[in-house]
Amino acid sequence: MAGTTITPTRMMLKQLKGRLKTARRGHKLMKDKRDELMRQFMDIVRLNKQLRERVEQGLTEAFAALQVASAIMSPEMLEQALLYPRQSVELDMQFKNIMSVNVPQYSFHTRNNDPSEIYPYGFAQTSGELDDALSRMAVVFEDMLQLAQVEKTMQLLAEEIEKTRRRVNALEYVMIPELESNIKYISMKLEENENSTKVRLLKVKEMVLQNAHDFK
Amino acid sequence: MGFTALGLEAYPVADGAEAKAILRTLTHDREDVAIIYIEEDIAVQLQSQIDKFKDSPKPAIILIPGREGSLGMGLSALNAAVERAIGTNILENN
Repeated sequence: MAGTTITPTRMMLKQLKGRLKTARRGHKLMKDKRDELMRQFMDIVRLNKQLRERVEQGLTEAFAALQVASAIMSPEMLEQALLYPRQSVELDMQFKNIMSVNVPQYSFHTRNNDPSEIYPYGFAQTSGELDDALSRMAVVFEDMLQLAQVEKTMQLLAEEIEKTRRRVNALEYVMIPELESNIKYISMKLEENENSTKVRLLKVKEMVLQNAHDFK
Repeated sequence: MGFTALGLEAYPVADGAEAKAILRTLTHDREDVAIIYIEEDIAVQLQSQIDKFKDSPKPAIILIPGREGSLGMGLSALNAAVERAIGTNILENN
């Protein structure tokens, strides 16, 4: 049926029935997976939205503060002050498994634990506005890191959901109906064959009997 | 940029072509880059390259608002992801 020719044999029927069973079970599993992914995804999306708004606001403020600082200080001084960083960040990346999707988990540690190490300059020749801008940035940075993690997770989950959804639909609307109709076709064909065999046998029996008893 | 002071590596760029080259070196030639933050006004010109990394776990490319404030690209990327996963944007009403 449905374009392809299938041989209406008992073996094929058995095979198809097995495949239908597998398809049904797979469909159920995939559907559960999709639902669970969706639930996780919605949590992540909400978190992502909050974080993004916070980061965007925080960064805008930090940039504004930096702008003020650069207005007060001469560009050369500013550049010199920020030229060589004293702090460096190391990022550890691990993977967490959410429903067979590997999502990154970041954890960072700074080389120097002293929070004042973000100021790579002496305080004598720089303005306080620069300190302010940098401390704002340091605060935003933690959110930024979390945002990176959440956003990547969201993208990866979105991809997986899309894939799973497609599979669920393919199983539900293509595979399973096709298998069902094939099975129906074969069993009808087999029944038909059986009927015709039965009729033929009856006919033959009649003929044999007729010959044996020599009616007429 | 103040990010260097926090210990991040910053790559100031003048235009999209330069940004493209830097992005390529960061993503192809270096193994140790996990997160890349790009300002939105530059990211506009790199959209196709950024999209390439959407589905790979590394690196994460995150848009941040530039000096002129947010262009809303980050949020629209979020909406795009929701739409991709669910088929319709369900965030609009809340």
